[in-house]
Amino acid sequence: MKFTLSWLKDHLDTEASLETIADTLTRIGLEVEAIEDKAAALKPYVVANVISAEPHPNADRLRVCMVDAGDGAPIQVVCGAPNARAGMKSVFAPAGTYVPGKNITLSVGTIRGVESRGMLCSGAELGLGDDHDGILDLPADAPTGQPYPLYAGLDDPVIEINLTPNRADCASIHGIARDLAATGIGTLKRDAFPPVRGEGACTVPVTIELGDDPALCPVFALRLVRGVTNGPSPAWMQARLRAIGLRPINALVDITNYMTFDRGRPLHVFDAKKVAGGLTIRRAGEGEELKALDGRTYQLDGDTVVIADENGVESIGGIIGGEASGCAASTTDVLIEAALWDPKNIARTGRRLGVITDARYRFERGVDPAFVLPGLDLATKLVVDTCGGTPTQATIAGEMPDTDRVIDFPWTEVRRLAGIELSRAEMKVTLETLGFHVAGTGDRVKVLTPSWRPDVEGKADLVEEVIRIAGLDRIEPKPLLRADVNAVGPKLTVLQRRTRSAKRALASRGLLEAVTWSFVRHEDACLFGGGGADLALANPIAADLSDMRPSLVPGLLRAAQTNADRGYGDVALFEVGQCFETDQPEGQSIRAAAIRRGSARHGGDGRHWSGTAAVVDAFEAKADALALLTALGIQTGSLQIVAGGPAWLHPGRSGTLQFGPKNPVGWFGEIHPAAMKALDLKGTLVAFEVRLDALPLPKFKPTKVKPVLALSGLQPVSRDFAFVVGRDVAAGDVIRAAQGAERKLIAGIEVFDVYEGVGIPEGSKSIAVAVRLQPVERTLTDAEIEAVSAKIVAEVAKKTGASLRA
Amino acid sequence: MTDLDTLEHSLLEQVGGASDEAALDAVRVSALGKKGAVSELLKTLGAMTPEERKERGPLINGLRDRVAGALGTRRDALQAAALDARLASERIDVTLPLREAPEMRGRIHPISQVIDEITAIFADLGFSVAEGPDVETDELNFTALNFPEGHPAREMHDTFFLAPDHLGRRKVLRTHTSPVQIRTMRAVEPPIRVIIPGRTYRHDSDQTHTPMFHQVEGLVIDRQANIANLKWVLETFARAFFEVESVGMRFRPSFFPFTEPSAEVDIQCSRKGGEIRFGEGTDWLEVLGCGMVHPNVLKNCGLDPDQFQGFAFGMGIDRLAMLKYGMPDLRPFFEADVRWIEHYGFRPLDVPSLVGGLTA
Repeated sequence: MKFTLSWLKDHLDTEASLETIADTLTRIGLEVEAIEDKAAALKPYVVANVISAEPHPNADRLRVCMVDAGDGAPIQVVCGAPNARAGMKSVFAPAGTYVPGKNITLSVGTIRGVESRGMLCSGAELGLGDDHDGILDLPADAPTGQPYPLYAGLDDPVIEINLTPNRADCASIHGIARDLAATGIGTLKRDAFPPVRGEGACTVPVTIELGDDPALCPVFALRLVRGVTNGPSPAWMQARLRAIGLRPINALVDITNYMTFDRGRPLHVFDAKKVAGGLTIRRAGEGEELKALDGRTYQLDGDTVVIADENGVESIGGIIGGEASGCAASTTDVLIEAALWDPKNIARTGRRLGVITDARYRFERGVDPAFVLPGLDLATKLVVDTCGGTPTQATIAGEMPDTDRVIDFPWTEVRRLAGIELSRAEMKVTLETLGFHVAGTGDRVKVLTPSWRPDVEGKADLVEEVIRIAGLDRIEPKPLLRADVNAVGPKLTVLQRRTRSAKRALASRGLLEAVTWSFVRHEDACLFGGGGADLALANPIAADLSDMRPSLVPGLLRAAQTNADRGYGDVALFEVGQCFETDQPEGQSIRAAAIRRGSARHGGDGRHWSGTAAVVDAFEAKADALALLTALGIQTGSLQIVAGGPAWLHPGRSGTLQFGPKNPVGWFGEIHPAAMKALDLKGTLVAFEVRLDALPLPKFKPTKVKPVLALSGLQPVSRDFAFVVGRDVAAGDVIRAAQGAERKLIAGIEVFDVYEGVGIPEGSKSIAVAVRLQPVERTLTDAEIEAVSAKIVAEVAKKTGASLRA
Repeated sequence: MTDLDTLEHSLLEQVGGASDEAALDAVRVSALGKKGAVSELLKTLGAMTPEERKERGPLINGLRDRVAGALGTRRDALQAAALDARLASERIDVTLPLREAPEMRGRIHPISQVIDEITAIFADLGFSVAEGPDVETDELNFTALNFPEGHPAREMHDTFFLAPDHLGRRKVLRTHTSPVQIRTMRAVEPPIRVIIPGRTYRHDSDQTHTPMFHQVEGLVIDRQANIANLKWVLETFARAFFEVESVGMRFRPSFFPFTEPSAEVDIQCSRKGGEIRFGEGTDWLEVLGCGMVHPNVLKNCGLDPDQFQGFAFGMGIDRLAMLKYGMPDLRPFFEADVRWIEHYGFRPLDVPSLVGGLTA
């Protein structure tokens, strides 16, 4: 919403400075977006008399001018404009002036050997248009020495405010003035305009045919003015319209635009001679269209409310008029329309048709219903004053909606919600200046809302009115009392804490945290177990961001490839974030995943004097996964690691982490070659993914005391065993069998060698383990050690078919 | 010169001449070994008369002691020289660069870091963290938050929709974290003090907008929380977050469907050479929206607006990160460019806390 300072002062009697007005606007919720003050920007530019213009001694196209700027001795200026001539009036800028059109600051210079102490300017150089034909050529009576902006009438600053959608009333300069008046910086001018006494009835009948939903157009008023002369509108009106960015067209059209901004009352004018028969307000039929005043043709449908005559649709109600019945210079009889339209329907229609007009802007926010007839009268008066003519009486179809709303308001509500103590007198004055009626005198009053404030519905709205005018800066901050003064527990849930810790743990392993999109392309979603219809976006912003991600891995893999394409191939990335299995809240899981590419190992990547890093393998991903579980304090005693994983992992080089077969919590491994191909990935990639919300919760313990530490004074002994087992036997099974053989004495088992080849039968492998025995009561005898060894060998043989390597 | 003197002289000369421990040991054996020259002399003492022994004994023993002493001294010297020689050969080039340790290489994304910072500050003020799903119902994302039917935010060009279900109801990707306000108020009895960080989505993509971004919402509900408290909470937060003694804040009345009264908050800053500084200057920068929870929203959560009251506020986490740490552009946040993460990311052990300071 734009307006000029002088226009505002038509409605507000004030001595306040522009700065005060701007600050006040922002302070009361009408945020000033920009102030364009050409007068200030162009202050150094003055009307000047060109005394002489002689050819430049050293340049054919330049002239040396002597300029009288009204303040003393003539000033020498070198000028290249073809129209520079002695005796002309133009605009002069002295050295030191900023030239907005050229973005330079003038200095005293020497041009081809002749000194130049300023510049004669074109309109373009002043930023006032795009004429490049030469310097400004002002009339002979332009007063030498007068500041040019003053002379040119540019001394009216333009203020632009950012209007929140609830403040329909301030889409009007009158409404803005009313708000400002409530702050006390001025007084609202309430100019009374007597109703227009038209002669005779309006001869164009109006019918509203919206039987199913009369609220679409509650009221429609029309008046005919005969015998008008539709020339250009007055210069002052044109200047104001131009200042706020509108193009003057002709008096009748300009008056409707002027009323739209001046009073927030959009109107439409029809050339009465181009209207056939009466006007009907109805829904458009399918297939109807309108060539509108903006030159575009709009396809209408049954949800569009239109104004039609016998020729068909003439105007889209409340949005834009049609070209056919528009007013032109030839118009002699004009129909002025003032109506009310349904805000929701206007918004919907405007969006569907993609048309933005000043009328739509106001009707979709809500136009003052009580101002339909006064608005029509005021417009009529402007038409008659400007264009002459004789008005008829108004035809009114429909009924004025009842907008009266009374709010039962305890004054204490302001203190309760805003935490500030204001006097009742102040609050009452504020509301009344804003147009509310306050009835009653006690602690509770009845407040009648004005017709132009559909946004004020209840007590909280009145509190806002009071405090925004009082100023939010008057509310002193007060400490918020804690609600949990007696609480000592953590503020985060276990899962929240684990989510945070997971990030720190993974970053500590040299991984970089990525935050990738929650949506992936459909093919990727399908490949990673998702892609269901319930998680596909109906309106994705791009084809590759179409489905909610079922896994963090595809996003990380693609990110790795993008980095590789940039020349960073050895990347290690992780993400902790949400994944989606269904569209239900419980279908959203929180996961941690990491990928490693090339040689990006935990210990370092690439070549190094201490040893070159090998290409990553599944164990690198396994290490990340287990490090994460350990960092999260997960008891891994009952964690099982079994071969295989989801389909996107290499079937032979992947594993699943589970707490029992029905409770998998994650997986790790090398990316399946088919998935690599589908995602167009190069190189070697490994990944792990863990569902943080599937991990077992810590057991509640009544005490935080750790178990007693029992240190043995007895030396542990170690025994090595080399088992020959079938190739498919898992080392984990060998370890578990050995562990199970002797629960009391075995303190640890390490696999120190895995071998296949010469000396081992085809289809078998050797797994060498070191078993550490910790004596408990006394040193073990050789016989006892032998007995334990025999039990281990027997148990491993029984469980895995192993034999001791010869 | 006696034969003992000759022998001693010869042995000491050999000790002095031994160039390494092996040579020295050969001298020791030749002198003090079982068949050594000195040992042989000692053996002769047994066959002597007491008088002879009395005279010869001290001489031979003295000889033995001096030879043994010389051997010891020489051995120490040789060992020291050998150690010196070994150490001289055992040199490493300490300037050789190491591989960077994993915990030095790893990085925390600025969004995670800033969420941790925000959480630390609000936890200290007694706030918990609440969460909700990204895939939300229209009811919780809009209706319960007092968005009227036909509000522009409910349109395809602003909001991501999922496919309609068999009843034609369409879920949305939440456009703000505010639906978690509703979830919280419906689940928890006041008093409520929560912050709600999370991912949010809008159908928008340009220089300063990405279709996915992060917000943090705050919600306080009890029987007395008011705008004065809201101002205190936000000022306290801003000072702590931007780590300055004081922050100029400007509360401008504004409009949101789910708060009444509503305000937008600008903070005072200076901009010099592309750098933003808080706690000084004359510029104002919009950072958040806030207000008293709208009576309709309270009613929608089963709370009587004449009994319960409170405030809510919301701000962009990505934007807070950009303001505090100076990233010029939003889009690289989600592009996983390792150069960007390494530059703008945080070291894993730099965990923000109020005890140690948010940043080192």
